Amino acid sequence: MLNFSKINVLIIYLLFIFIAVFSFLNFQNENNQLIKKKINLGLDLQGGSYLLLEINSDSLVKEKIQSKVIPIKKLLKDNEIDYKNFKINDYNLSLSIDNLEKFDLLFNSRKDNLVNPYIDNYRSYELEYKEINNNQIEISFSKFGLLTINNSALKQSIEIVRRRIDDVGTKEPTILQRGEKRILVELPGLKDPERIKALLGKTAQLNFRLVSDNNEFGTDELISENGEKLNISKRIIMSGENLIDAQPSIQNQNNEPTVSFTLDRLGAQKFGRATTDNVGKRLAIVLDGEIVSAPNINEPITSGNGMISGNFTFQEATDLALLLRSGALPTPLIVVEERTVGPDLGEDSIKSGITSLIVGFILVILFMLYKYKLFGLIANTALIANLLMLIGVLTILEATLTLPGIAGIILTVGMAVDANVLIFERIREELKTEKSIIHAFDSGYSRAKITVLDANITTLIAAIILFAFGSGPVKGFAITLGIGIITTLFTAYFLARHLTSLVVLNTKNKEIKI
Amino acid sequence: MTNYNFSSKFKHANIISITLFFISVILIIFKGLNYGIDFKGGTLIELRSNNTEASSIRDVLKNMDLGDVNVKKFGKEGDFLIKVEQKGDNNKIIPVIKKNLSDNLNSEVNFRRVENVGPKVSAELLQSGIIAISLSLAAMLFYIWVRFEWQFSIGSIVALFHDVTITLGIFSLLSLEINLSIIAAVLTIVGYSMNDTVVIYDRIRENLGKFHKLDISDIANLSINETLARTIITSVTTLLALISIFILGGEILRGFSFAMILGVLIGTYSSIFVASPILKYFKVSYKTIEKKEETIVP
Repeated sequence: MLNFSKINVLIIYLLFIFIAVFSFLNFQNENNQLIKKKINLGLDLQGGSYLLLEINSDSLVKEKIQSKVIPIKKLLKDNEIDYKNFKINDYNLSLSIDNLEKFDLLFNSRKDNLVNPYIDNYRSYELEYKEINNNQIEISFSKFGLLTINNSALKQSIEIVRRRIDDVGTKEPTILQRGEKRILVELPGLKDPERIKALLGKTAQLNFRLVSDNNEFGTDELISENGEKLNISKRIIMSGENLIDAQPSIQNQNNEPTVSFTLDRLGAQKFGRATTDNVGKRLAIVLDGEIVSAPNINEPITSGNGMISGNFTFQEATDLALLLRSGALPTPLIVVEERTVGPDLGEDSIKSGITSLIVGFILVILFMLYKYKLFGLIANTALIANLLMLIGVLTILEATLTLPGIAGIILTVGMAVDANVLIFERIREELKTEKSIIHAFDSGYSRAKITVLDANITTLIAAIILFAFGSGPVKGFAITLGIGIITTLFTAYFLARHLTSLVVLNTKNKEIKI
Repeated sequence: MTNYNFSSKFKHANIISITLFFISVILIIFKGLNYGIDFKGGTLIELRSNNTEASSIRDVLKNMDLGDVNVKKFGKEGDFLIKVEQKGDNNKIIPVIKKNLSDNLNSEVNFRRVENVGPKVSAELLQSGIIAISLSLAAMLFYIWVRFEWQFSIGSIVALFHDVTITLGIFSLLSLEINLSIIAAVLTIVGYSMNDTVVIYDRIRENLGKFHKLDISDIANLSINETLARTIITSVTTLLALISIFILGGEILRGFSFAMILGVLIGTYSSIFVASPILKYFKVSYKTIEKKEETIVP
């Protein structure tokens, strides 16, 4: 175990230097970087906001099932299937059908089925029905139909969340899908997430609807911005989808902040027609079920440009414009988890983390020197090499360092010497029975090998499980702990062993005390 | 090499272990664990002020109908930690609390940390914490079973249960908060205690092969003595690192490092006084390890 070929020694030290060099990249000047690799600081160290958002597709499912009413009725009518008791429930439609066999054939046909499309990915239809009792059925979305609705809503939400956050202009945001219903947002450096939360908390579904008392589409009673009760037609003249731009602006006459918008061609046509036909009536601008304002239509607006006023402050006008520009969210988003760390706490954490690392390191080094003298020096050299390699690997992986991650490094320092302690203690024992010093060291290393491996693999297993199940900062701990074990094994079994062999082979016949 | 007679103290140690284990179980069941917002849901606010008392913060929050509110000093003078009970999936309360505190405390207020965990997420975090700990125990059981014999595997798991339960029992006794970092600490304890046990087991296995005439108590005693220097040195270096975190690492790491310090002490004790005596009850002898070799080499 003490014989190293020149090639092996070369490989060991080259690998060490190659990895260790990366640890110095973290200290280079921001401006002239040779290689742009660096350990990232977690939100708990650099300060920032972590938000976990959840979509709720229930309202969307309700909407979608309602949109199936007309196609289903048409399908029945076109094929002369009699039905009665057609009822629209929250998540399903119920009806009685005479000829269920014929309905089944049409409903579950794969060809050109516009009512109930077949989803190839999932090998399932969008809708399913179940027979409740004699000829009475309930139509609802199938499991995979619901999944499709959910997935597309989630994708769309991520896109809109990204647009809104980019528009606010925070630095390097991270926006990721988490599971089937959640979006993870990380905003480094953000001190107060309230504005972003407010912006993400609005679906921003904008509708233009006429104020009218009797209407064939039915009306909703809503309260206007100045407290009036108004009957608003359920018919939507135009919605936010037709907006291509929105900007805050100041109205010249009375310095009131407003939002001016530009419509696409289709929107301009719809809007032009509606305003032409209804001059003199009032048009309600409805955002998320609330009236923003309900101005009079004084003249037809055909240019495709318009303006929304509603007693806004300039900040409100800016935010509304941003929301309209980014588009509406398909479902409301709820913040289910939020963690914000201020920049000064982050700085304090780095300081105390580094201080305890240095102190812990010095204590361990002194203890090892006291316990093992010369071989303590070897173990300490290995420990320093270990630390450099650990930081080097973290840099190569561009891993995220968190406060528990720093704790993981300190713990590695404490536990890393274990490998060398195991080996040295074994050598001490071998020296008692073995006459040849070289043999004693040799068998000490080979006999301790299995124990060292077994002992470290158990900690590695714990680290892997922690990485798989942990979240955020705790993951950072698992990473440093896990990588620390691997660098520990390397430094103990290659670097320290080589250094030991140098000592032992050069003092051949003299006494060696360990 | 030391020559302490550990095996003569196995019986006493076992009685102490069993007693502590059951006291811990009773504490955990009846007193319960003090879950933090990670596992219970709710809002946590860490603030720094110039000159405020906890009582004036309580007074401001009392008028807000927030349910259970807990205010305590946190580290430096003027630093406080506020915990507000979960009330529905609603974090709209945070800006209101912050505004009320800024307006009504006669001091500049700096919100250093704000966390809110909803009920769904906290339930999931708790669940995945429990799964992670169970999985790590199962993985250790399996690893030792593969590397050693089933007797060893059971012995090590009993020791791990002992360590985890007593650590949690002490947390329950002292009403210390259980949060995500404590789960990380518990998992690391599992790894560390296992590491200690494996070193002794390795030696027991080796000595079983060497000394057929000695019975398992003597073998265990010999093996513990042979590895004792290592056990102590490693515990000392690990504890040095942990004490450094505990004292200098700041408030956030204090609970974590405390749990780890407990775990290292209990884990070191259990590998000597729990994991090793169990082999005696399973009547482990050199035949136990020989059998395996026979089945492997047909």
